[in-house]
Order: sequence, then structure tokens, then C-alpha cells
Amino acid sequence: MKRDAWIAVLLFALVALLPLSGEAYWMRLGTTMLMYGVLAMSWNFIGGMAGYPSFAVAAFFGLGAYTGAVAQKFGMPMGFAWAGAGLLALAFAALLGLALLRLRGHYFAIASLVVAEVLRELVNSMTGLTGGGMGLNLPIPAMASVDIQARFFFYAMLLLAAVTFAAMLLTANSKLGFGLRCIQQNESAADMLGVDTTLYKVSAFMLSGVFVGVAGAVYASWVYYIEPPDVFDVLYSVKAIVMVLLGGAGSMFGPLIGAAAFLSLEELVWRNYLQVHTGVLGLMIVLLVLFLPKGLLSLSQRLGRRKMP
Amino acid sequence: MPLLYLQILANGLVLGGLYACIASGFSLVWGVQNVINILHGSFIVLGAYLAYFAYLQAGIHPFLSILIAIPVFYAIGYGLQRMMVNRIIDAPVLLTLTLTFGLDLMLQNGMILAFTADFKKLVLDPPLGTIALGEMVLPVDRLAAMVLALALTAMLYLILSRSRIGRAIVAVRMDREAAALMGVNVPRIYAITFGLGVMMAGASGPLLAMIFPISPLGGPAYLGKAFVICVLGGLGSVPGAMVGGLVLGVVESFGALWFGPEHAITLSFTLLILMLLLRPHGLLGRKGYE
Amino acid sequence: MSALLELSGVTRRFGGLRAVSDVTLSVAQGEVLGLIGPNGAGKTTLVNVITGVHPASAGRVRFAGEDITRLRPYLAARRGIARTFQIVQPFPGMTVLENVAAAAMFAGGVSYGKRARDEAMQHLRFVGLAEVAERSAAALTLAMRKRLEFAKGLAMRPKLLLLDEVNAGLNAAEVDQALALVRAIAARGVTVLIIEHLMKVVLSLCSRIAVLHHGELIAVGAPQTIIEDPQVIQAYLGKRYAKSQAGVHG
Repeated sequence: MKRDAWIAVLLFALVALLPLSGEAYWMRLGTTMLMYGVLAMSWNFIGGMAGYPSFAVAAFFGLGAYTGAVAQKFGMPMGFAWAGAGLLALAFAALLGLALLRLRGHYFAIASLVVAEVLRELVNSMTGLTGGGMGLNLPIPAMASVDIQARFFFYAMLLLAAVTFAAMLLTANSKLGFGLRCIQQNESAADMLGVDTTLYKVSAFMLSGVFVGVAGAVYASWVYYIEPPDVFDVLYSVKAIVMVLLGGAGSMFGPLIGAAAFLSLEELVWRNYLQVHTGVLGLMIVLLVLFLPKGLLSLSQRLGRRKMP
Repeated sequence: MPLLYLQILANGLVLGGLYACIASGFSLVWGVQNVINILHGSFIVLGAYLAYFAYLQAGIHPFLSILIAIPVFYAIGYGLQRMMVNRIIDAPVLLTLTLTFGLDLMLQNGMILAFTADFKKLVLDPPLGTIALGEMVLPVDRLAAMVLALALTAMLYLILSRSRIGRAIVAVRMDREAAALMGVNVPRIYAITFGLGVMMAGASGPLLAMIFPISPLGGPAYLGKAFVICVLGGLGSVPGAMVGGLVLGVVESFGALWFGPEHAITLSFTLLILMLLLRPHGLLGRKGYE
Repeated sequence: MSALLELSGVTRRFGGLRAVSDVTLSVAQGEVLGLIGPNGAGKTTLVNVITGVHPASAGRVRFAGEDITRLRPYLAARRGIARTFQIVQPFPGMTVLENVAAAAMFAGGVSYGKRARDEAMQHLRFVGLAEVAERSAAALTLAMRKRLEFAKGLAMRPKLLLLDEVNAGLNAAEVDQALALVRAIAARGVTVLIIEHLMKVVLSLCSRIAVLHHGELIAVGAPQTIIEDPQVIQAYLGKRYAKSQAGVHG
């Protein structure tokens, strides 16, 4: 664990140097990459470590975005709004987890996917509070310059990513992480061995929601205009999964590597194939799934694998 | 006003028949080979476009388009399964969902490019009008669509219960290993089943084209309905899809009356989640895969 | 000796089928009780009810004086009820050591980390698997996997150990090894309930034998009494054989 921690410190320190380039484009890209990293690492808690195919990332992201946005609309300072979004996402994940985590496999996947849709519809209809389909404008942050603003959000995402990574590292090397591995390998055997499967699964689900919620809130403040189909986009859930698949299993840095790799591919596609970018994205996903090395196809054996200290 | 309720009920049942048709193919694929075909909804839309352009450019009536759609979509489904889905047939749920999701993105994008994103509506000329049943009024096009949908569903049912291939499919659904030991070529059955599933989707397209506007992004809405119907009626069985479809149709009809049509999706999804929590094996109690 | 486990009128229904029907049985502390019966008699189901995998449809289960009828499996495990599986269920992607450490941590209450690891090694030495501690559990032979089940069961620090067909698939030498292990475990004071087909094992190991047939308890008693019980003979070998035997033995 120590070694991973030091590598992470180095990695994050390097990334922190990015704003020195002064290029707005690179900072925007970097901020997005860090956000993607948060999504991928968060998914890893429930999808990788516990082995439950969750598509709930979009739900948490959208919930966080709107919570943060609405809080700010009512005058709450940004930082508090973000924290509030995280707390709400945490609570929501707890309740949702208790309800959904007794389902397995496809049923769980679908239910988690559907939650985002339901939330989107609900937010859409609460026009008074959220602006509904017209979207919501956030107060533009009062900062000295556009450049300072860009740096601010970059560092905010960096901090969030670092915290998420720390949480992942600590969990993986704890009794919780070990228990989750047991659950992922054989849930009923884990139950018989004394693992409180409900507690552990819900904990993993809560971890998979809280950081995504904060990321959503930060995103909302960053772009200062959001609308339901934008932040409750199921594509966020799919991207998180694909990033973890891409980055490879078995290493703490897999999700981050996957996020970086995915974003690079995505940027390439955006710049060159604007008209067909969803199609090419789809193609990427298809190729990834079909041509992952054989070993990764036995995903359930490999993801989240961690030796005991 | 009982008449109003009767009318709503009738509307719901008519809609339900259509829904049953949409869902039966989806349910079959899920129940037999444990694959959720995210493309299902978009194939329905593709079938609708087929009927639309066939009518517009060649004057082919949508009812006839169904006959064209059947072999075309069967072939597409069979090929798709053979080439791609079969490679990951035993992979975790995650991978099959992600794969079909990616394919769906490609199909949707393709349709946007080919047909543009605006809504298209197939308007029959001359229109079929309405028919009066006692004091109720039913549009003939919907009624005809329902009848045809039921016919298609019945055809699928007959295939499954009477033909050799159908018996093999049911055998694989019940116990894959045992079926293989009995000499059933399981990969071929998988391809056939997938072909049938996509065929049902594509063939319902023309029916839906007559009633609803067509949009390249309309797939997920139909997919959502198919999910709900599967959970309501249980997996892999045509009668289950029938029951689920009718229930959903009626629920949506009354839901539109009481809560307004904008909340149709929320309503059906809430129903889905409730069913998953209370009775994941469906109203008919048919056990499917997890 | 006081009763550690008490079953009163335990019934378990699956739909219309009574897999276990009105079983009343006591297991005394420190004894080795054999549970035998033809295939499908309900032996594994009974163990599932005791451990909380299936809730009893009727009746009560008391363990160390506490009513555990409605207790979830993981809580039963922490109370001191351990079981092995007929079809062994290791965590295939984890090492042998990690498998046993999991048992020690979650049921045995040992803390995560070095303590759990050390204790796991102890148990592995006891069952003779110390050399393969770092190997993947999926790579073991059947006999070794059975011993892994033992080690896991022991790591749970059980008061009651339920062994389900530990000898299925083992050759004669391996059976003897398993037998020795069970004796050693019992010698440590663990109460054992063993489901077994092999009569030689049951007869040499158990102080008492309980016989299940069609979910019902048809006989309980000392080994010698059981093998001569006409109902038991009938259950295994049929009415006519039982009659003929009765004729022979008067």
C-alpha cells in the first residue's frame, strides 16, 4: 500500500503542474480527465470490488449536479453546495442501495440504469425548483480572471480525484475491501463465513455515489448551465465502466489510466468525427469489449484484486 | 363515468397488444441466452423507418412492410449474434450490456445521419378512420395494428411450441447443458433466437410507425417498455410478454388520465422498480436467469 | 452434558414439498453426531435451516440457549456455527491463505492484517496445507480443497461444526486422513454434526446417529442400535429386505 501511495503522490503532483502550461485547452482537458477519473474510481467500488454491475453513476452525477446548482441558486457558497451535494448523494446511495442491492446481475444493472431515468424525469417536472427542461443557470463564480477560474476548477477536481483515490486505496487495504472481494467471488459463501453482506455492499454503493455527487456539483459550477438530459446522461455510467475496462484490472491505477486513455480517444474522435462522434464512441466501446485480452474477460476474477498487507 | 374508464381500458388493451409484440422478442433473447439486447428499441425504430420510406417512395402499405421486415431483420439479428454477441455469450452481465449499448450508439448515430433527427410521421392516405363499438370509439389504425401485433406474437408462440427449432429453443432456456447433451447445437440456437428477437422488433416497427411519430432516438423509450414488460410478465415466455404488455398498456392509459401523459415514463419505471423489489420473477412467476 | 443445539419440530417446506418434516433433535455439547439417510432425505436442507440459509417454515432452533430460528447466516456464523459444503465453495480467485484468513476475520473475530494471516497459517498447518498457502484456491486438488474447507471451518472458531459429506469424491487413504482430522477437531472440544454416507466413518466416529428419511427423523441412538433398527433398514434397503432381516434376527 505504501508504494502505491507514493506513486499516487508523485502522479498527482505531476498532474498539478499542468496549469503552468497556461493553455486553457489543456486545463479544460485536464479537469475533464480528473472528473472522469473520479467517475471511474467510484464505479470501481461497487462494480470492481463488490462485483455488482452498477449503472447508477449517471444518477449520482445528475443528483449531485442539481443539488449543488439549486443550493447555489439559493445563495449557498460554492464549497458548501458541493459538500451538500456529496452528502445528499451519500444518503441517496444508502437508501437506494438498501433497496436495490438484493437484486443480482441483470436485474440490478437495469434497476440502477432506470434510476437515472426516473430522476431525470422528476427533475424535469420540478420546473419551479430546477428550471425543468429549460435548464438551470448557476451564478457565475466571481473570480479575478478566466484563467484563475480555470485553474480553480482544475485544482478542485484534482483535490476530489486525490481524495477519491485515497478512499479507494484505504478501502482496498482494509477489512471492508477484503470483505467486498469475498462477496464478489462468492456472495453466499461470504455470508456463511460471517460477512455482513448487506452492510458491506451498501457501504461500497455509498462510496460509489458520494464522490460522483461532488463531481457533479463541481461540474455544474464549472459550466454554470445544466439541463436534465445533460447531467443524467446514461452515457456517464457507460463511460465509467468502459474506462475501468480499458485501464485494466488488478491495479489501483487502472481506473485513472483508463480515464486518461479514454479521454484521449474521445478527444481525437471529437476533433475529427464531429458528426459521427456518438457512433465512433459506440464503435470504440464495441471493439474494447470484443477485443479485451482473454484474461480480462474473466472480469469477475480480476477486478479489484488486492493482496492483503 | 364508467364509459370513460371503459374507453381508457380499451385504449390500454389495444396499446398493450402492441407492447406485447415489442417485448416478446426481447424477452425471448433475455430468457434464453441471458443477453439484454439494448439494440432492441432501435431496431423497432429502424423497422418503422423501413415502413415509412417504403410507403412514401413505393406506396407499399405498412402491413406489407411487415412481411419485408421479417426476413430482413431475422437475418440482421442472426448475423449480429453470430459475429459479435456469441463471442461474449458467457461473459459477465456487464460486458454484454456494454457491448449492445455500444452497438446501439452506432445504430442511432447511423439513423440520425441517414434520416435526420426530425420526427417523421407515417400518415396513411386515405386514413383508416375510426370504428364505433357500442359507445366507444376506437381508431381503426390502432385496432388493426393491435390485431397484427397479436398475430405476430401468436406466430412466435407457434414457432416456439410447435416447431422443432422452437422446442430446441425452449430446451436451451430450461437447461443449456442438458439440451447440449441431447444434441442441440446451442450456439446455433442462440443465433436463431437472437434472429427471432430482432425480427420481432423490426416487424413491430411498421405497426408503431402507423401510430407514433418516428425519431432516431426513440429506441430507448421502447426498450424501457420492454424492460418493464419482462419484469412484469417474466422472462422468456410469450404468454408472459402478453400479460406484461397488457398490464403496462392499461397502466399507461390510466396513468395518462390521472397523472398526465408526461409522466408515462416515470410511472412505468416506478412500476418496474416496485416489481423488481417485490416480485422479480414476474406476475406469472416464471423463473429466468439473474 | 448440556444440549448445544436443540431443534424442536423443525419443518421446511418448498412449495408443497416438505423437505424437512417436524424434526426434533438435540445435540449435546462435545458429542459427534452422525446424520445419515438416503439421498434426498433432507440432510443438507436441515443444515441449511440450522445455519439460516433457509428459514424454518415451522419449529424452533436453539443454539447455546438462544433462539436462532430467524437468524441470518452471517450472524449464525459469528455465534459459532460453522459448516462445510458438499460441493466445496472456496473463493477461487484468492489464495488458500486468504480463504482461511477470511474465515478467521469475519466469523472468528480476528482483526484484519497480520493477526488474521498468522492464525490462518496455524489452521493450515493443522490440516496439512501449509505448503500451498500462497497458491490460488482454484488450483487445488479435490482432496486438498476438502481440507481447505476444514481449515476455514476451524478458523471460524466454531462451537458447532456441521460437516456435509466431507468424504465425497475421496479415495480410501484420503478418507482416513479426513477421519483423523475430524477426530482431532472433536478432541479440541468442538461439537460436530456430520452428514455422511460412508458407514465405516459414521460407525467409528459418532457417539450417536440420527436417521432422516423423506424429511422425517425416523431413528436416533447409538450406532449399534441404529444399524439394526428395522425402520432404518427399510429406508435404505426396502421393505422386503427389512422383513427378511427381521425374520433372520427373530
